[in-house]
Amino acid sequence: MEYVVEMQNIRKAFPGIVANDNITFNLKKGEIHALLGENGAGKSTLMSILFGLIQPDSGVIKIRGKEVKISNPNVANDLGIGMVHQHFKLVHNFTITENIILGLEPKKAKLFVDIKSAAQRIKEVSEKYGLNVDPYAKIEDISVGMQQRVEILKMLYRNAEILIFDEPTAVLTPQEITELMKIMKNLVSEGKSIILITHKLKEIKAVADRCTVIRRGKYIGTVNVASTDEAEMARMMVGREISFKVDKKPQEKGDVILSVENLNVLSNKKVLGLKNFSLSVHRGEILGVAGVEGNGQAELVEAITGLRRVESGKIFLNGTDITNLPIKKRIRSGIAHIPEDRQKRGLVLDYSIEDNMVLEIYDTPPYSKNGILNPAAIRKHAEKIIESFDVRSGKGPEAIARSLSGGNQQKAIIGREIELDPDILIAVQPTRGLDVGSIEYIHKRLVEQRDAGKAVLLVSLELDEIMNLSDRIAIVNNGELIGIVNASETDENEIGLMMAGLRKGERA
Amino acid sequence: MSNLENKPNNQEMEGLTETGKIKKVRIKGNRNLVVSLLAILFGLIAGAIYMLAIGKNPITGYYFILSGGLKNLERIGNTLATATPLIFTGLSAAFAFRTGLFNIGAPGQMLMGGLCSTALALTLNLPQYLFLPVILLGSMLSGALWAIVPGFLKAKFNVHEVVSGIMLNWTAYWIVYYIIPTYFKAEYLETESAMIPANASLKVGWLSSLFQGSFINLGLFVAIVAVVLIAFILDKTVLGYELKSVGYNRHAAEYAGISVNKNIILSMMIAGALSGLAGAAFYVGYASNMQIGVMPSQGFDGIAVSLLGNNTPYGVLGAAIFFGLLHSGKGFMNAMTKIPPEIADTIIATIIYFSATSIFIERMLDALKRRKRGAK
Repeated sequence: MEYVVEMQNIRKAFPGIVANDNITFNLKKGEIHALLGENGAGKSTLMSILFGLIQPDSGVIKIRGKEVKISNPNVANDLGIGMVHQHFKLVHNFTITENIILGLEPKKAKLFVDIKSAAQRIKEVSEKYGLNVDPYAKIEDISVGMQQRVEILKMLYRNAEILIFDEPTAVLTPQEITELMKIMKNLVSEGKSIILITHKLKEIKAVADRCTVIRRGKYIGTVNVASTDEAEMARMMVGREISFKVDKKPQEKGDVILSVENLNVLSNKKVLGLKNFSLSVHRGEILGVAGVEGNGQAELVEAITGLRRVESGKIFLNGTDITNLPIKKRIRSGIAHIPEDRQKRGLVLDYSIEDNMVLEIYDTPPYSKNGILNPAAIRKHAEKIIESFDVRSGKGPEAIARSLSGGNQQKAIIGREIELDPDILIAVQPTRGLDVGSIEYIHKRLVEQRDAGKAVLLVSLELDEIMNLSDRIAIVNNGELIGIVNASETDENEIGLMMAGLRKGERA
Repeated sequence: MSNLENKPNNQEMEGLTETGKIKKVRIKGNRNLVVSLLAILFGLIAGAIYMLAIGKNPITGYYFILSGGLKNLERIGNTLATATPLIFTGLSAAFAFRTGLFNIGAPGQMLMGGLCSTALALTLNLPQYLFLPVILLGSMLSGALWAIVPGFLKAKFNVHEVVSGIMLNWTAYWIVYYIIPTYFKAEYLETESAMIPANASLKVGWLSSLFQGSFINLGLFVAIVAVVLIAFILDKTVLGYELKSVGYNRHAAEYAGISVNKNIILSMMIAGALSGLAGAAFYVGYASNMQIGVMPSQGFDGIAVSLLGNNTPYGVLGAAIFFGLLHSGKGFMNAMTKIPPEIADTIIATIIYFSATSIFIERMLDALKRRKRGAK
């Protein structure tokens, strides 16, 4: 079997961290080869080296047996290497065709862009691989799944033979994921070779032929996916046994901590996003909120945390009315919030990690006194969070938040919020984008909060997560509470129907 | 460069995000100083080319700019006096930039500060040790009040501070145009105020005679205190932490319970107070009375000073003194060599271009470093 890509003994160090330490990675022609590793293990660095975005300190890269030096992405393109980035690089008010030909527009009479022939070719390629896109549709009008197919087409249009997919399923719905896997299989059967960067074991099991695992910048091994199970790959990735099941003590339900009564809240579109909503959360429980995205979860969370005004209704925390309390007072009285959008809400990206770790408490002792900050206390606080939540960065507390990988940013936020020791922790999508090791750890910490007699309000789009962690599950649809069920007495099917808006008893 | 590279804190870190993109994170420090110095160097080289293009010798040109600004104590004093208002407006712009605002309203705030100082100086009569603090406070207060307007409009109605700032510049201009001739007219001229009495002027005898009769005035010392104070506020205080959070990411600040609106207004007020002080330093310090019908260019130059100083207080101090040197030396160059003084302004403009596009210089440094490594 010939190798199309051989990366041998690649080493790349950044200040304070060796991102790739003597890594070897070989891609056979016509295979789907998964690259598996935790957040910050060095997957992205290795692929950025292959795509010419960064230069290795040492090591050899061979493409189709020939040694090459990939000094920038143009060289990679010429070698037939294409990359689908996790965040798409598309011009939103351009058509699909315009986006694909951007940079190498075919010309008519040397002056005019020949859209027609380009669109024709795109149509042909699209049909060949079953991508099913309309060349004249505008990006802003098409779904995320189709935008990704446009990115794939962009590579194919440039005759790429080696395709790198960087966490392609992170932004897709379950149906779109199935669709993408079919497309990937089509591509391989047409002779392309695929590198799949991911930390989702299920997907590797579903499509990949081989899997290379790296951990903390080091090469761990390459396995045949067919003859390896998920637990084994998880162990290679994390370096210890992983349990997929959450250990929970029997619940000791206490008093009501948080209750919302007849809440009406406007959404961004100025219509009621939350309608006459009532709910209470008790000490010692994890209350999961299940629902399809955009059915009132954001409005509920923002109303409780104070980020959104309440039209009518009341919110009580430990019996006190907090409906009109400013945000800071709510935090002080025991609400912590892991926000859905970590980069928009959760972090000041241009601040260092240590400055971010005191975002809510910088104005209290010991972090400041008489209006003067106390850097030593701030540093100590940050080091504690970094240590206990395993936040990895090149320079520890001094690292700028922007330079951390997404997973480490998320761990830092979660650490900060749990360190606030809140009565109620509102966790929105707390494990999005994290690897199994981190997910296991975060879940453990959430359960610890519950066991300590605190409460957790868990909002997640991952049904597995909700079912695993929650004691009770509240199902929302179109801004209304459809019902609350005990996690131990329900199944995915029941919840799925309720998520679609069917109340108990309405089903025949 | 090589000794800079050994200090980890001054290096640039290339962190990888999950997206696989390379993000460059600049960590403040000597690297930025190098970039600013290179911008100046390129500006000076460009200036030499301009001088060559009009058939003059750049070496003599630069020689006379330097000697015009530094030849003797009087000229050094004048350089510092020219720099003083620039330190204030530079600080004003830098403070606003650091907190996410663009204070293009500095000229208006400076005019209001100057008008208030002039009015106080010509109305009250106090002993000097009381008079000067009163005037300085008055200028700060009026600059701050003037800046509340764009701050409030931004906080409450999301009106961009550049739009309201420019409008307020002209509002201030015409207010001065009306008030000075009406209430504080000079003895003969309609277009300027009466002379500032000696006990109300920031120019004091001992300092002037120390610098052989130069324009230098107490404003310089106030400016240096302001630099230290603003650096302290930005880096070491709760207030600075809040202001910068709002500037960097107002959504995250809001999430953490920091009042975004309060901090926008407060930030504009502090920036306004600094520009107000620039007004005092210029109209009752550098000058001896206030003229009407002039929009003070120092207000806009503050933006350039801040840019070259990398929006840091100490950077502003250095950049302002450098601009002060060019400004005060250009007349001498013109007198001695017939090179038009506008060349100096062109050099300043070129330097601003280079510092505004500092990313080019950084790329160049990176490329140099890489080539050096490759050669090893």
